[in-house]
Amino acid sequence: MSLVIVKPGLLTTVQDLGRYGVQKFGVIVSGAMDAFALRAANLLVGNEEHEAGLEITMIGPEIYFSDAALISVCGGDLSPTLNGRELPPWRTVLAPEGSRLRFGPIKSGCRAYLAVAGGLDVPPRMDSRSTYLRAGLGGHEGRALQAGDRLATGVPSPGGRRLAEMLANGAQGSDAAVSGWSVASDLLPSYSASPTLRTVAGQESELFDEDSRRRFFGEAFTVRTESDRMGYRLAGGALRLKAQRDLISAAVTFGTVQVPPDGQPIVLMADRQTTGGYPKLAQVISADLPLLAQTNLGGQVRFRAVSLQEAQEQYLNREKGIRALRSGLAQLQTNRNGKVIAHGE
Amino acid sequence: MGSLNGNYEQYGAFEAKFLTLGDAAIVVQFGETIGPRTHDRVRQLAEYLERHPFAGMIEYVPSFLSVAVYYEPYALLLAHAGDEEPSAKNADPGGIAVRLLTDILAKLQASSQTQARIVEIPVCYGGELGPDLPEVAAHHGLTEQEVIEIHASADYLVYMLGFAPGFAYLGGLSERIATPRRQTPRLAIPAGTVGIAGDQTGVYPIVTPGGWQLIGKTPEPLFLPAAMPPTLLKAGDIVRFRPITRAEFDSREVGAR
Repeated sequence: MSLVIVKPGLLTTVQDLGRYGVQKFGVIVSGAMDAFALRAANLLVGNEEHEAGLEITMIGPEIYFSDAALISVCGGDLSPTLNGRELPPWRTVLAPEGSRLRFGPIKSGCRAYLAVAGGLDVPPRMDSRSTYLRAGLGGHEGRALQAGDRLATGVPSPGGRRLAEMLANGAQGSDAAVSGWSVASDLLPSYSASPTLRTVAGQESELFDEDSRRRFFGEAFTVRTESDRMGYRLAGGALRLKAQRDLISAAVTFGTVQVPPDGQPIVLMADRQTTGGYPKLAQVISADLPLLAQTNLGGQVRFRAVSLQEAQEQYLNREKGIRALRSGLAQLQTNRNGKVIAHGE
Repeated sequence: MGSLNGNYEQYGAFEAKFLTLGDAAIVVQFGETIGPRTHDRVRQLAEYLERHPFAGMIEYVPSFLSVAVYYEPYALLLAHAGDEEPSAKNADPGGIAVRLLTDILAKLQASSQTQARIVEIPVCYGGELGPDLPEVAAHHGLTEQEVIEIHASADYLVYMLGFAPGFAYLGGLSERIATPRRQTPRLAIPAGTVGIAGDQTGVYPIVTPGGWQLIGKTPEPLFLPAAMPPTLLKAGDIVRFRPITRAEFDSREVGAR
């Protein structure tokens, strides 16, 4: 089975959950910006959560499927259609041979994720299939997809094959078959065009003056157009240190809010450098990173302080939700009669 | 038992403090100033974690003063809290990570026994490969040859890798050739270029924008994506730069491609 890229869209890349274990060599993690959406899409087609899919940014591609394929589109709503018909997100879809997947206007978020049963079979580099654009590494030839690219898929899992059979049995003629099951709504991140992001303290929070810290939590910040997979560059009232300090470079992570000398905060994202030397004001909690990843350029974000305890609780709830989705789908594959799956907590 | 109160405490042979880096990483910091002593502790912890990663740990990243340890909180709880199905309420994966790291710190030695590896990097200085060499020389009232001799006569310690794959932060640049960054950064610096910025020197492993003063270029690749480890250098190495002629540079660069 292969996918042919008819039109590439704005920035369509192969991503999995990231390249781990090599940050100590300065090799960045990369991976899906909205990891929750990719994990859900993978599970819906019977894949392991970490298989490679496509990250589709703002303007979607046109994709031709040479053979029938079990697919799922999750994340931001970029008006996906399959053979001209609306494709409902967060569901399993059996696309017949020769199908065309297209995208339209942005309805919500800004990044959609396409998973295909078997995953995208690009060669792993340092144990990951994620595209690292700047180093030309991983993904499909280390770059964003272009028209004419052909991507092979791996072998679907037994679970994926059973899901496909179930959909094939209920299918009408040559139309795409859409699952009755979907990701439970209480499991979905509360995507918003102007989200409030929960944060825990950064290592240098205390170095910022009182007024700056108050404004960071009190005001809205606009997502500047220079924002990308590396970092979300925000605009707002300048944030200042009590006294100018030169910091010594140290490790950073996904969601680190750092403030360069111009006072405009940057939230580090999937393609962040491994280390940084700007003061770290705050850290967006893991559970809220999908919300930021789906905030479009020009959108507004606010920040709220929570305890580490709450951050950890939210993290674990998200993981339990993913596990519920996984076991719900597994049950479905065995029983063949279920309709509702995967309630969050 | 360590805590996240941000204070240095004695753990076995030396002092350290624990810091959070969000909800899925803990930083162990060994001091406030860059130097071989702190570096030795960073290196010891990194080497221990390399050999004995704990269940739930994803990876570690050493830097000048500290080691960041990334973990997957759910896996950490499963492995260490003794619950089959961890409850989210009142669970404290960060606390577990601190406890595990506290036990590890107690096992480290007062000073490392490992011998540093010496890596020689051939550099063709000046000319079109090092266009800022005249400026660096003029800035210090030296000749180009003197700058080359000073740069190539020192032993440089690799404190950490970061900024770009295979980019090493080197300690040991002589004050006599320390030079401020350029006013306007270049948009694309070729891979292999050797530069100076303030009291730092380094080699760009991949094409990157940057404001460093460029004094030469090595034909040796620093980022080796198909190899493991994928970099020429690693933290703890000693680097020596060896001046080579343009002819040698050309022959080695052609040979490498």
